[in-house]
Amino acid sequence: MATYTPTTPIDHIGRGHKPPVPPPGGGDDGRGGGGVPDYGARLRRARLGLICAIVTVCMVFISLTSAYVVRQGLPTFDDASNSYVRDWGEVHLPWVLLAINTAVLLISSLTIELARRAAARQAALAPVMEIPGVSLGKETRFPWLGLTVLLGFGFLAGQWLAWGELHNRGFYMNTNPSSSFAFLLTITHAVHLTGGLLALLWAASTSLLRRPVEARRIVVDVTAWYWHFMGVLWIYIFALLGFAR
Amino acid sequence: MATPASVHSHAPQGFVRKYIFSLDHKVIGIQYFFLALTAVFVGMLLSLLMRIHMIWPTAALPLVGEIKPETYLSLLTMHGTIMVFFVLTTAPQGGFGNYVLPIQIGAPDMAFPVLNMLSFWTTFVGFVLIIAAFFVTGGAPLHGWTGYPPLSAVQSAGPGEGLGADLWITSIAIFCIASLMGALNFITTTLDLRAKGMTMMRLPLTVWSWFITAILGLLAFGVLLSAGILLLLDRNMGTSFYVPLVVVNGQVLGHKGGSPLLWQHLFWFFGHPEVYIAILPGMGVASQVLSTFSRKPIFGYKAMVYAMLSIGFFGFMVWGHHMFMSGMSPYSAFAFSILTMAIGVPSAIKTFNWLGTMWKGKIRFHTPMLYAIGFVSLFVSGGLSGPFLAQPVLDIQLHDTYFVVGHFHLIMGVAAIFGIFAATYYWFPKMFGRMMNETWGRIHFFITLAGTYAIFMPMHYLGMAGQTRRYSQFTEVPYQAKLIPLQTFITVAAIITISAQFIFVINLFWSMFKGPKASDNPWEATTLEWTTSTPPPHDNFGGVTPVVHHGPYEYGVPGAAKDFVMQTDPAVGATH
Repeated sequence: MATYTPTTPIDHIGRGHKPPVPPPGGGDDGRGGGGVPDYGARLRRARLGLICAIVTVCMVFISLTSAYVVRQGLPTFDDASNSYVRDWGEVHLPWVLLAINTAVLLISSLTIELARRAAARQAALAPVMEIPGVSLGKETRFPWLGLTVLLGFGFLAGQWLAWGELHNRGFYMNTNPSSSFAFLLTITHAVHLTGGLLALLWAASTSLLRRPVEARRIVVDVTAWYWHFMGVLWIYIFALLGFAR
Repeated sequence: MATPASVHSHAPQGFVRKYIFSLDHKVIGIQYFFLALTAVFVGMLLSLLMRIHMIWPTAALPLVGEIKPETYLSLLTMHGTIMVFFVLTTAPQGGFGNYVLPIQIGAPDMAFPVLNMLSFWTTFVGFVLIIAAFFVTGGAPLHGWTGYPPLSAVQSAGPGEGLGADLWITSIAIFCIASLMGALNFITTTLDLRAKGMTMMRLPLTVWSWFITAILGLLAFGVLLSAGILLLLDRNMGTSFYVPLVVVNGQVLGHKGGSPLLWQHLFWFFGHPEVYIAILPGMGVASQVLSTFSRKPIFGYKAMVYAMLSIGFFGFMVWGHHMFMSGMSPYSAFAFSILTMAIGVPSAIKTFNWLGTMWKGKIRFHTPMLYAIGFVSLFVSGGLSGPFLAQPVLDIQLHDTYFVVGHFHLIMGVAAIFGIFAATYYWFPKMFGRMMNETWGRIHFFITLAGTYAIFMPMHYLGMAGQTRRYSQFTEVPYQAKLIPLQTFITVAAIITISAQFIFVINLFWSMFKGPKASDNPWEATTLEWTTSTPPPHDNFGGVTPVVHHGPYEYGVPGAAKDFVMQTDPAVGATH
């Protein structure tokens, strides 16, 4: 059997010839990994998870966009004229209704941001409030979260009306490729937004079920960023359907 | 919202919470492992039926009776799909990644345990749906694991293309969602839950491989999911994303203008990274095992990390090499060809480093080591035919032949399976607290290695001789019929190799209950999973938070009392 004579000096073990002590702050930069994570660590972890989720949703819509662009540019063989023709066709979208929906979604993004800040404030003040005899005066709590849920449902209802209006104008999923994509993109967005709504309802239930205020804050925070992303995504879809007709 | 890792620090009581809907990454890892084990036997059975039919085309087989050409295509489709998704993706990442990654980085669990449980059960639902495709009217689909339209997009295109194909697509879509949830969890866990001192460059290469695999999954599965939704719409809503004007049985269908090539682009944008999703964890395990059993630090740790990162990066830029036959601009083909061959560079770096790790090592030939060496062997044998197929002019000749079948089975099929075997024999003591039988492990290895080569090497020659793949029988074509003796040899080798897998299964279950008790660190390895008890407690380290002081492969350290230094060893002086 062959033998091996190591050449690494005793004080040079560890990658990169670092001394055998943990680097300052540790591999997790002092995030408390391995132990009981504090509230800040849990929030950061949830946000990191959200970033991954957003990357995934982006990949879904990038795929659909590339399919949109490719399909739009494809000539179609027409058996009647025995030639290649363009079958993309224009969809008469209910722009006014969609603009109202956009406004509703943007306003909901504002209200959820206020809900996020309120939840953060509530979580930060919770330890102080628990001290017997300490009062911070009358805190006015506006139900921003509830308002966001309402606006979210309002947006979905508006989208429902828009799909109905498209039907009234004679456009169905299979009418032509452009109508297929109009339905596909808006419905896929609505499905993702519904996920956000469910998370908001969950956040609302945390106060009803008397769960810890930190848990509520984390859900609200992560959902708020997701909601903002849904707003940006909707504007992107709106622009795609509007400018790349 | 998933429960954070710390919330369930107390072990759950009750059978259901402990073993069925468990939040413990170790239980979930074992669940994934057994799901993959079930799937691999289904997949093997299907391949066995195909092999037998190929050499005895008129024989009526048990369970399936007479195999018609369309039945053969169903077997082929389901074999490929089950093996790629529910074995090669599920076992290395979902199984061993789930079990080992949190322990190796010093974490009590995954970042989002509830999400972890959901990923497993979603995968399970996906598996049930795909198996259900066998039992519906028309049977399983026959469009191949790549599901090319218009065959896959038209319900009337064949007997399995009705409900069977819908189940197939739904199963894949569900699998995508499960994999995305898993990928999210793996990435967050690796980035955020590392123990103090566990810097990125102190991570075991297994963790790097699972981490990079998760990134690939996060970017790739969303694309397949979108593509699958478009396919479902084409099939059921009358849209024309993929389906052009088609005539089936003299009847003009309502579709118009769709592009089958669009599916191919979307599918292979996922499909090529999927190859690396299957093989990267095997690379990680091979690195881990080769270093441990050679009693030497891994040769070129940083080079290994950067090689895996560049393989992952290039993996997203080469999907077009699957489509040379579909027709593309020669300039595009040239770009895809060059980029594909470029992957040979990081692959060669890895191979060189594995050999460098073993060079002049005090090698211990335990079963995991044999499988790791087998992995390197298969990776080289299967990889060498890659640069041939990467050239459009050669690929056009070889693409629809057995050459490709031999190539991808060696590199992403059995190489990845050897990685899974190495992982099983290596971590079994930690997972189940007992040792597997070495003698039977070695017998299993040598039969499997010889059998694998006997099956897949001749396929390269068959391909070069022009034997077409996906044909259910060759008796009717004179020049193909001449090659049947070699196909017979392959079938015999397959029967022997598949039979040998029962040695593994018996060894696995026997050792689980009757094997000798394993110590905490039976292989004298250095990474964190070997610092905790065997099997590990619910929170992995019994309430202790490990602190990491060293890199993962400190073997043969001069002056140390033993030939290895654990990652958690606080002072080297103490090891004297």
